[in-house]
Amino acid sequence: MIIAVASGKGGTGKTTIATNLALSIGEDTGENVQLIDCDVEEPNSHIFLKQLKLEKVQDVNIPIPCFDMKKCNFCGECSDFCQYNAIAVMKNDVTFFPELCHGCGGCLLVCQRDAITEKEKNIGIIERGIVDGIEFYQGLMNVGEPLAVPIIRELKKRMDERKSVVLDVPPGTACPVIEAVRGADFCILVTEPTPFGLHDLKLAVEVVRDMRIPIGIIINRDGIGDDRVEKYCEEENLPVILKVPNRREIAGLYSRGIPFTEEMPEWREKFIELHNTIKEAVRG
Amino acid sequence: MKELTIISGKGGTGKTTITACFAALAGGEAVLADCDVDAADLHLLMQPEVTETQSFGGLKIAVQDAGACTRCGLCYDHCRYNAFDEECNLYPDRCEGCAVCEYVCPSDAIKMVDRESGEAYISNTRFGPMSHARLYAGEEASGRLVSLVRQNARDLARERSKELILIDGPPGIGCPVIASITGANLVLIIAEPTLSGIHDVERIVGVTYHFGIPALVCVNKYDINEDNTRNIEDFCRSKGLGVMGRLPYDDTSTRAMIQGKSIIEYDEDGELARRIKDLWDNTRKVMETS
Ligand code: SF4
Ligand code: SF4
Repeated sequence: MIIAVASGKGGTGKTTIATNLALSIGEDTGENVQLIDCDVEEPNSHIFLKQLKLEKVQDVNIPIPCFDMKKCNFCGECSDFCQYNAIAVMKNDVTFFPELCHGCGGCLLVCQRDAITEKEKNIGIIERGIVDGIEFYQGLMNVGEPLAVPIIRELKKRMDERKSVVLDVPPGTACPVIEAVRGADFCILVTEPTPFGLHDLKLAVEVVRDMRIPIGIIINRDGIGDDRVEKYCEEENLPVILKVPNRREIAGLYSRGIPFTEEMPEWREKFIELHNTIKEAVRG
Repeated sequence: MKELTIISGKGGTGKTTITACFAALAGGEAVLADCDVDAADLHLLMQPEVTETQSFGGLKIAVQDAGACTRCGLCYDHCRYNAFDEECNLYPDRCEGCAVCEYVCPSDAIKMVDRESGEAYISNTRFGPMSHARLYAGEEASGRLVSLVRQNARDLARERSKELILIDGPPGIGCPVIASITGANLVLIIAEPTLSGIHDVERIVGVTYHFGIPALVCVNKYDINEDNTRNIEDFCRSKGLGVMGRLPYDDTSTRAMIQGKSIIEYDEDGELARRIKDLWDNTRKVMETS
């Protein structure tokens, strides 16, 4: 079963939920658990896994064009074709902007003079580690690189659907989120009971509903704001599957990279229960 | 004209709350630009009155004429984004708009059509003009909508003779972030004193460094973990960033948010408002010399 943990807005506690959930079901049920951090721009889950030794298992590359100036006649076909404006052809020069290139291979196809070949460009890596019964993967995008989706795509090839897979999804509702959530059996949306939280939750609900994936809401820092999030969930028939109170103790543990279920074992039970609820909902 | 971009590496550190306070403190002298187009929240505090809406076309999208398709499989072979299955059925949500399928299709069964990816807005707020936007769900988080928001903000500043643009930046370190900081005079990073926050600061400083943009850092909710606060500040100093005053953990920001106000309006004489004013004054001083 694949559970995606997402949130329209960053900083709502998505990583806290993903790591505590994975740790709880991993330790107590002895189930095979995979935790995959798809937030490749700012992967943070690893911080909560003590004694984790990460090992690079893969380079993520995209193919980019190379131009052979001896063959090129500066016709400009490649530049006209490229949808991402990654190539500019002047009278007797070709300028290529690698950070705009999506690696589609189109320029190679359209060039009539065989002036283009491809080479691999590294945009990030995938790392793996095993700790506390959890098989953990994360993608790490190189600083200054713009493309997250190819890394998420490679990362998700590591999923083993026979296991309980927990995905930590990037924030927002743009295409990296779709790439990460796609194929999940259930999606947890983590939110805060504040106007910002509600606004971004609504956007996320829209997206996940479009993908026809069942949703459960977790309200984090419960008590900090008002009840508009709960009212919204009620109106929209969205089950609130857990509330985590706004406690300074939890924030403090988070700041030290300690999963709060470790210090507050009663919460481990709640996460296991949560996992069972989700299982039932999926079997439905 | 100067541009200040406020970013955080990740969401939820208080970046938008602080941008709204700066807007209030600038007293109508600034243009606001919300470049967090994927999860725009600044408007919840600004209640902008939209005066102009532009539709934003990002990339094109493939549309298939299933009747004309002969199931030859060329699109499947050539699409690198798995937007086709072996039977040549198109999954539009995977299309990245590269147009390779249109090019290779021998039966003219595929057309690339314009897709509307979002909207950009020009508005008035109680603190002056604002440029903002909405990226539709599932669209590519490219920097182009961010660049449009910034261009609109510059035009507004010129038209209305404003000397400053305050930019609320997006989270992460990818394309939208790069688009929101390149060419800015100064970046203010709002950090959170958590282990993950330290990690985020290291990554985002890597980006400002990479593009050579001067940056300052302010640790918000510093009292959640003072050791981490010091670590962040030391790291930033070692990278040549200016370290600004800290802000304490304070529920006032949430209460102000619920009323749709900035902290400056909600509790002008409060401790938090006072500290944010200091942060603003110090940031301005640095701006003047950058
Ligand atoms: S299509 Fe080929 S020949 Fe024409 S400008 Fe591009 S690389 Fe040169
Ligand atoms: S591979 Fe595609 S995106 Fe890259 S330069 Fe060629 S046409 Fe443009």
